[in-house]
Amino acid sequence: MAPTHTPTQTHAEVTRDVVATLGAPSRGYVMMLAGAVGLFLVGAFTFVMLLKDGLGLAGYNPPVMWSVYITTFVFWVGIGHAGTLISAILFLFRSQWRTAVYRATEAMTVFAVMTAGLFPIIHIGRQWVFYWLLPYPNQRYLWPNFKSPLLWDVFAIGTYLTVSTTFLVVGLVPDVAAVRDKVSGWRKKLYTACSLGWTGSDNQWRHYTRGYLYLAALATPLVLSVHSVVSWDFAMSIIPGWHGTIFAPYFVAGAIYSGVGMVFTLLIPLRKLLRVEHMIVDYHFDNLAKLTLFTGSILFYAYAMEYFMAWYSGSTYEQVTFWRRAFGPMWWAGWSMILCNAFVSQLLWFRKIRTNLTALFIISIFINIGMWFERYVIIVSSLSNDYEPWAWGQMNPTWADWGILAGSFGWFGMYFLLFARTFPIIAIQEIKETIPMPRKRGGH
Amino acid sequence: MATMTAGVLGSFIHIDAAAEAIRALKAQGHTDLTVYSPAPNHEIEEALDQPVSPVRLFTLVGGLTGCAAGFAMTIWMSNNWPLLVGGKPIASVPPYVVLAFELTILLGALSTVLGIIVMSALQERKRVPYDEKFSDDHIGVFVPCGAEQSAAIERLLRRAGSVEVTHAA
Repeated sequence: MAPTHTPTQTHAEVTRDVVATLGAPSRGYVMMLAGAVGLFLVGAFTFVMLLKDGLGLAGYNPPVMWSVYITTFVFWVGIGHAGTLISAILFLFRSQWRTAVYRATEAMTVFAVMTAGLFPIIHIGRQWVFYWLLPYPNQRYLWPNFKSPLLWDVFAIGTYLTVSTTFLVVGLVPDVAAVRDKVSGWRKKLYTACSLGWTGSDNQWRHYTRGYLYLAALATPLVLSVHSVVSWDFAMSIIPGWHGTIFAPYFVAGAIYSGVGMVFTLLIPLRKLLRVEHMIVDYHFDNLAKLTLFTGSILFYAYAMEYFMAWYSGSTYEQVTFWRRAFGPMWWAGWSMILCNAFVSQLLWFRKIRTNLTALFIISIFINIGMWFERYVIIVSSLSNDYEPWAWGQMNPTWADWGILAGSFGWFGMYFLLFARTFPIIAIQEIKETIPMPRKRGGH
Repeated sequence: MATMTAGVLGSFIHIDAAAEAIRALKAQGHTDLTVYSPAPNHEIEEALDQPVSPVRLFTLVGGLTGCAAGFAMTIWMSNNWPLLVGGKPIASVPPYVVLAFELTILLGALSTVLGIIVMSALQERKRVPYDEKFSDDHIGVFVPCGAEQSAAIERLLRRAGSVEVTHAA
């Protein structure tokens, strides 16, 4: 059995330490939550103004009719992917280091996809008719166009949100039962209701472990499909810079890279706030950093291939698009993406950096910024110069773009922080599975 | 409160002791055991030697239903209001694979959860005593039996290494 590197030695200590995270909040936690709510209010105000005055407030400018909102949509969907990778794919690979961090990343997935789902709705302008995206019998006898990748997206994101929420909730049940048995008063009532009668009997475990295995097996192809479908929103069109067959794997690698970046941004402060420094240790961050290095290197390769293919294709339009990405009016965004993603990730070859939390935190901020810029560059720079030079145009983000972007961080942070204090953010049951129970005949 | 099933409940802290007790009880013909543990454990599974959970059938049926529903929905809706675009087929299967795939996963996952709930509810033994230690770090073995057998079972549990034995009547 691989070492868990968790100084928590016994089952009782695991329950005790995780239940302790649900105690009185620290001042740092309250301040972070207040900050998140503040940002959310900025977003809510901007949204009300968009409802009142329309999308003209945002920086849309023909031909750039997909801009900051779609960029941020792709950004948040991507964030979610690392969570499912860690919770489902690494579960199937039986990698034990995932146990300490998977609950937090799975929660991150659910809230990130919840955040992402808002953006297409904000972007359509008449938000109150968003349900037209769904197939339902209607008096106009119209059905949605299933040949459109935008409809695939509705189904992919809808399925992803449902399945990852299900996966999170199913994983929580035994842990909520463990908390139920340690608390008293109204909290006991709350956790009793949420634990759905869980007792940990042999029958329950028998069905649960089987079911969990199949959920993981279903979530694995799902997570790979979701960002592939998101990439086809672009790749199925004939816009130069979008029309590439590498888009699906390129987007999936980028999604996982950005998601692991966000895991660092969230977990490095959170383990201090919730006093679980002894449960999430260097060993976990080292492994997460290796995952970042791996996906960052795939991105490096994909970036190089994009430029290579533009040149090698012989297509003038592709060549001009990529020339302008590097040296056109958006050169600063183009180079930010390459520096923050392809080059910064290469620092993680060094073990000293992989185990230095301050360094990892700073790198994670670069990853977040770089991955947002990646989507901004792909979307905005490709749209701004398509086939006819007389139709070229630039967009400039306005306060309404930045307001919604800031609000999305608040909305996400608010849910994540509330979750982290209400439910066990470290998977009690899975950590216990990695700690051998005591034996009568000596040893563990 | 409903009356509890009569029987003996032994608590263990040692995993090998619990597995030994389960094997000894099964050898004596006590098969209707309820074993609580804080996490799933292979030694307990091996000692109990139960068949594989039928949850996988729920997954299979849900997944196949989703796949069929995905193709049926898209093909039927395309033909229900035919719009000819560019001389292409009204219902074109390749793009519909994406929708059928997503619905396979969606219904497969939802029916898996349904399977866990239904199978746990159906097969769960009702009114079996429980102790809060079992979600923490103890293993519980409950043996349903009459008053005449309880002393013998208590001896068996204690000999195997049970740290605490209680009687439910």
